Amino acid sequence: MSTTYAVKDSATMLRRNLLHIRRYPSLSIMLVAQPILFLLLFVYVFGGTMGAGLPGHEGAGDRSDYLVYIAPGILIMTVASVALGTAIATATDMTTGIIARFRTMDIARVSVLTGHVLGAVIKTGFAVVIVTAFVFLLGFRSDAGMFGWLGAIGLLILIAFSLTWLTVGMGLAADSVETASNTPMFLMILPFISSAFVPTDAMPPGLRQFAENQPFTPMIDTLRALLTGAPTGSDLWLALGWCVLISLLGYLWSRRLFLRVPAK
Amino acid sequence: MTATNPAIEVAGLTKSYGDHTVLDGVDLTVPEGTVYALLGPNGAGKTTVVNILSTLLTPGAGEIRVAGFDVRREPAGVRAAIGVTGQFSAIDELLTGRENLRLMADLAHLDRTTATTAVTVMLERFDLVDAADRRAQTYSGGMKRRLDLGMTLIARPRLIFLDEPTTGLDPRSRRDLWAIVREQVADGVTVLLTTQYLDEADHLADRIGVLDGGRLVAEGTAAELKRRVPGGHVSVQFTDAARLAAAAAAHPDATTDAEALTLQVPNDGSVAGLRRVLDGLDDDGVAALTVESADLDDVFLALTGHPAEASAPEEIPA
Repeated sequence: MSTTYAVKDSATMLRRNLLHIRRYPSLSIMLVAQPILFLLLFVYVFGGTMGAGLPGHEGAGDRSDYLVYIAPGILIMTVASVALGTAIATATDMTTGIIARFRTMDIARVSVLTGHVLGAVIKTGFAVVIVTAFVFLLGFRSDAGMFGWLGAIGLLILIAFSLTWLTVGMGLAADSVETASNTPMFLMILPFISSAFVPTDAMPPGLRQFAENQPFTPMIDTLRALLTGAPTGSDLWLALGWCVLISLLGYLWSRRLFLRVPAK
Repeated sequence: MTATNPAIEVAGLTKSYGDHTVLDGVDLTVPEGTVYALLGPNGAGKTTVVNILSTLLTPGAGEIRVAGFDVRREPAGVRAAIGVTGQFSAIDELLTGRENLRLMADLAHLDRTTATTAVTVMLERFDLVDAADRRAQTYSGGMKRRLDLGMTLIARPRLIFLDEPTTGLDPRSRRDLWAIVREQVADGVTVLLTTQYLDEADHLADRIGVLDGGRLVAEGTAAELKRRVPGGHVSVQFTDAARLAAAAAAHPDATTDAEALTLQVPNDGSVAGLRRVLDGLDDDGVAALTVESADLDDVFLALTGHPAEASAPEEIPA
């Protein structure tokens, strides 16, 4: 019974989560505001100086070149920001009485979680559209063709999916909503130690090795290649591999946390 | 499951956390289509029993079958048969009443038309039509409880668990809820409810189990239990301390409240017993006089030898 109805129950739970997003939009707005703030800060405050240091411009790079450089990083920070909100939303949901009711019902239990994940991916979609609009408003222009854009959208969805499974697990593992809002903070820090804002070559050894090998770097490099119409190379496969791995671990972890019968 | 099988069969149920024993060998059987009330004070283990029977908690030991299914080995079968309304509201406060009911109908896998009809029927039956499209957040306590019950009943479970369903409700809401429970029983549904109120168990239950410190200390029909309990007590308030002292001396089994100038004399409910109390009382010495029927405290005092409030699991000899 549980497996037969997994899809139907997940759709029902997705509808529930979409209603929540509509009823409580202030959290979602905050989550989009953060990457937009970073975008404005980096383009207008640091952009002039940073643009000059970009490789491949012979020191003649400017603010608009820097905007092109950081756009992929900002988009991925948008995804991470919404994922952070999902940890909070999941932890909050677990404190409500209706979760106990779900546990006494003959439904596909994991649908409670898939509802959160699918809802969050849709929410991420909206957030990415808003932030992309801002990026264009600031003067970003892309050489990417239809193929590049479709690839970028697909990759962002996949990244959203994987980060969300991870943060749903963090939301379930947290003993309070406050903890749930703190543990995923590293997702907002990691893009700074990646190729998002400066080329990794500029970093000291050690830090540089970390930056080059952490999951956000191939994701950002792939997105950058897709958006500028450049070849993605091996970064694409690395990025996809990381997404699959994070999704799988996040899913298994969340599932185990949610399915265990509480001891008290 | 055949009609002769009981809806709930529990034998030797235990549950403990570390060395803290919550349930210490509970046996109970609830036949189909009947109402069983678990009566007991806070901390007696009532909610733990409900949580174990509804698959929310794993039992420590014991044989537990609900609707014919073993709670440990066949939880899905149990879940398909039951509906639970807990002590704390299990509604989605961000959704409207209608959306909450629809959510339950969808999760019960009712088809579209059946679900829509069921939602409308429940809104009407639970007097929520006017509030149907308001967020449940804005509902009063009574409305939340009605919505909660509607969400439990929309899937037409054969067996329902009600954990202190009327705690915190005003008298009218309480009577409404009692009426709903009776309707369910008339439809052949089995009900297990927990309560702190003897009168609630009395009104609704076919059988009552008195739970104290994790054990069933008494079980029977309301009439059987009341026969084991004195009829209640007579409460006499005196005009001065001297008269109170004199009356207290005449009734050594009574409890004295010196501040309120009140004497509580146990009473078996008979006219002769009442007359014994009244003899020796004067109109000018008595400020107020009430005859109270047995309440949970009387039941507890009679069955366990200690008042309900003092019942902590630690005090019960193993």
